[in-house]
Amino acid sequence: MIPELGHFALGLALALALAMSGFGLVGAHRGEARLMGLVPPLALGVTLAVVASFLCLVASFVVNDTTVSAVVANSHSAKPMLYKISGTWGNHEGSMLLWVLILALCCGAVAGFGRTLPSALQSRVLAVLGLVAVGFLAFILATSDPFSRVWPPPMDGNGLNPILQDPGLAFHPPLLYLGYVGFAVTFAFAVAALIEGRVDAAWGRWVRPWALAAWSFLTLGIGLGSWWAYYELGWGGYWFWDPVENASLLPWLAGCALLHSAIVVEKREALKTWTVFLALLAFALSLLGTFLVRSGVLNSVHAFASDPARGVFILGLLMLYVGGGFALFAWRAQAMAPTGVFAPVSREGALVLNNLLLCSVAAVVLVGTLYPMFADLVLGQKISVGPPFFNTATLPLAVPLIGAMAVGPFLPWKRARLWPALQKLWWVALVALAAALLCLALEGVRVGPALGFFAAAWLILGAKADFAQRIGLFSRPRAAFGRALALPRAAWGGAMAHGGLGVTILGLAGMGLAVDRLALLHPGESVDLAGYEYRLDGVVDAQGANFAARRATVEVTRHGRAVVTLHPEKRSFPLARMTTSEAAIHTTWLEDLYVVLGEEREGGVVLRIHDNPLAPWIWLGAGIMALGGGLSLSDRRTRVAAPAAKAPALKNPAVRA
Amino acid sequence: MALLLLAGGWTAPAWALSDPAEQLPDAAQEQRARVIGRELRCLVCQNQSIEDSDADLARDLRRIVREQVAAGRSDEQVMAFLHDRYGDFVLLRPPFTAGTALLWATPVLALGGGALLVLGLRRRRAAPVPAALTAAEQARLAELDRMP
Repeated sequence: MIPELGHFALGLALALALAMSGFGLVGAHRGEARLMGLVPPLALGVTLAVVASFLCLVASFVVNDTTVSAVVANSHSAKPMLYKISGTWGNHEGSMLLWVLILALCCGAVAGFGRTLPSALQSRVLAVLGLVAVGFLAFILATSDPFSRVWPPPMDGNGLNPILQDPGLAFHPPLLYLGYVGFAVTFAFAVAALIEGRVDAAWGRWVRPWALAAWSFLTLGIGLGSWWAYYELGWGGYWFWDPVENASLLPWLAGCALLHSAIVVEKREALKTWTVFLALLAFALSLLGTFLVRSGVLNSVHAFASDPARGVFILGLLMLYVGGGFALFAWRAQAMAPTGVFAPVSREGALVLNNLLLCSVAAVVLVGTLYPMFADLVLGQKISVGPPFFNTATLPLAVPLIGAMAVGPFLPWKRARLWPALQKLWWVALVALAAALLCLALEGVRVGPALGFFAAAWLILGAKADFAQRIGLFSRPRAAFGRALALPRAAWGGAMAHGGLGVTILGLAGMGLAVDRLALLHPGESVDLAGYEYRLDGVVDAQGANFAARRATVEVTRHGRAVVTLHPEKRSFPLARMTTSEAAIHTTWLEDLYVVLGEEREGGVVLRIHDNPLAPWIWLGAGIMALGGGLSLSDRRTRVAAPAAKAPALKNPAVRA
Repeated sequence: MALLLLAGGWTAPAWALSDPAEQLPDAAQEQRARVIGRELRCLVCQNQSIEDSDADLARDLRRIVREQVAAGRSDEQVMAFLHDRYGDFVLLRPPFTAGTALLWATPVLALGGGALLVLGLRRRRAAPVPAALTAAEQARLAELDRMP
């Protein structure tokens, strides 16, 4: 019965979302307060219905209800409880429901926190979100019903792909989806603004927190996915320029541009049209990512659901929302006259440069991802576009971007001079140069890592210099502490996010110096790598909850002193007939010792040993970036826009269009 | 992340090499073979280089690359050999041809197009930036600043 309830709740949500969109658009157009007053309660209704439906699906997985086909295909009674729950969204149907769940929660948040919004704007935003929800609910009900039954029920389910049986699955997709779907809200704000023909500082103040939140979650999601790949796939790789990774990177880049240009709208009322465009673009790229993953049109390790009917449906939704959004933009954008003016060298100018470079990187990633398909369909050529292309093509754009990132915060608004800003950064440049030269001296001519160390020092120290200047650390050191406390959190957050990128680049530069070694060892034998000695003690059988494993014991010593004992494993899952490799990783924070167990032969085992300098900092940097976003989000300025108490906005028959 | 873009491929250790006997005895040659291998696609896999893949075909290609390197061929000769055999599809860095010109031009087109757009919009707006303060005004401003 529970699956039927879930199915019914989905249908109910569809009806409520339709009503919400209709009332919202008509009510705002006619300025009828009664109609608009219905919209927030309907939004809460959609939220409740979708939450109920999602809980029904989770319940089916928890009790391992084998009459539900999604459970049969993806679960098994012997699976640990954590993976039963996270397995709910480890498949096509469930992950689409998760997508809609997060969209519904966003509707609820706009309805709940948005009470201080002008009611026409709130109604239109919710109406647009409702239209998006209608499309995706219809998609789920028509092509990917998670609650469809099978009869007669099989004895047990088929189990979950062992690679997905990892705590990473519990967090990676929800965080990514929070990011993707968060951009649906900025999209809705952009469409509402286009309908009203009005973008002002208040609008910018409303959009920025959503862009910040979506971007922060996306940063965490991408970082977590990269870390997961690093420790789970057993290759030591962390970014493969896989189409699905690119699909998450695209909205990240557009969102990053958006949250910067929204600052200009908020502070200076300039770049309005451009910001609206970016808000449309960020969600368009999120939808494109959903389409690429869910339709399976691209070769990808992530494409676990390829069904032409679904692909066509999502393509239709993509064209409807994106086409509709951009058509509206083309029609209405002229109505929004720019007011703020600024000189080319100014904070605004630096933010324009940031937008230009970020969008160019996004263009390269987009074209590179889609080009093989284009070449095949249009030119009849089969080509590959892989990591060497992306690295070559994005580097020339990333270098000026990183160069400008440290300088931008030193430029005043409206009109600035470059030289004073650069003067404040001379010591940063000097230290960065020293870092690069040190790398060259110690590691030989390795251009990539040297450039990476330069960029990392430039960004981290640049953020520190920005911070020091704001609190007057050097000019008035006594008052500095008080000023640090009084500093707006957005300033803290900005410096932190910029520094976080530097930390990530530090990790990437370190990984550029990684070394590895492959050796056939018999028990008692050892190999040396990067100053450590790895001795194989032996390999034994071990038993897990739903797998059998071969488990090696490797003693690691440095100059004769014990460092750590590592246990790399090879697990075989009888149910899925799959073998996975569990790398054993020990981190000293300066480097990761990474051991993978290979085949057993001739009485010995093959061990692959990696020494990955600074690896953990890649993901710590992503965490710092997201934390910076969160800190900026908690700024008083953004909270002021949030409701202080129940504001009377709803009762005003406000007609602002 | 722009950063991940930066460095994704500087390194990439030989992930899938699972048999130590596959490696060349000469460390410098082995290193060269890996660099070449990372530019070559495992034709039956999904977006993996032959150094990353465990497929039989990837293993064969790795052996071919190592044989050629050991035989004293240059990097270009090895790449050309595999390119002749398997066509453009094997190259992860697509060659510059009429068909890929658009792909390789993307960074320039995006940046150039964007810059032209920015310039065009500025010109159309044509709202002059207010003139800078004169020396007299600046002196007056400084005076005001000094006042309590």
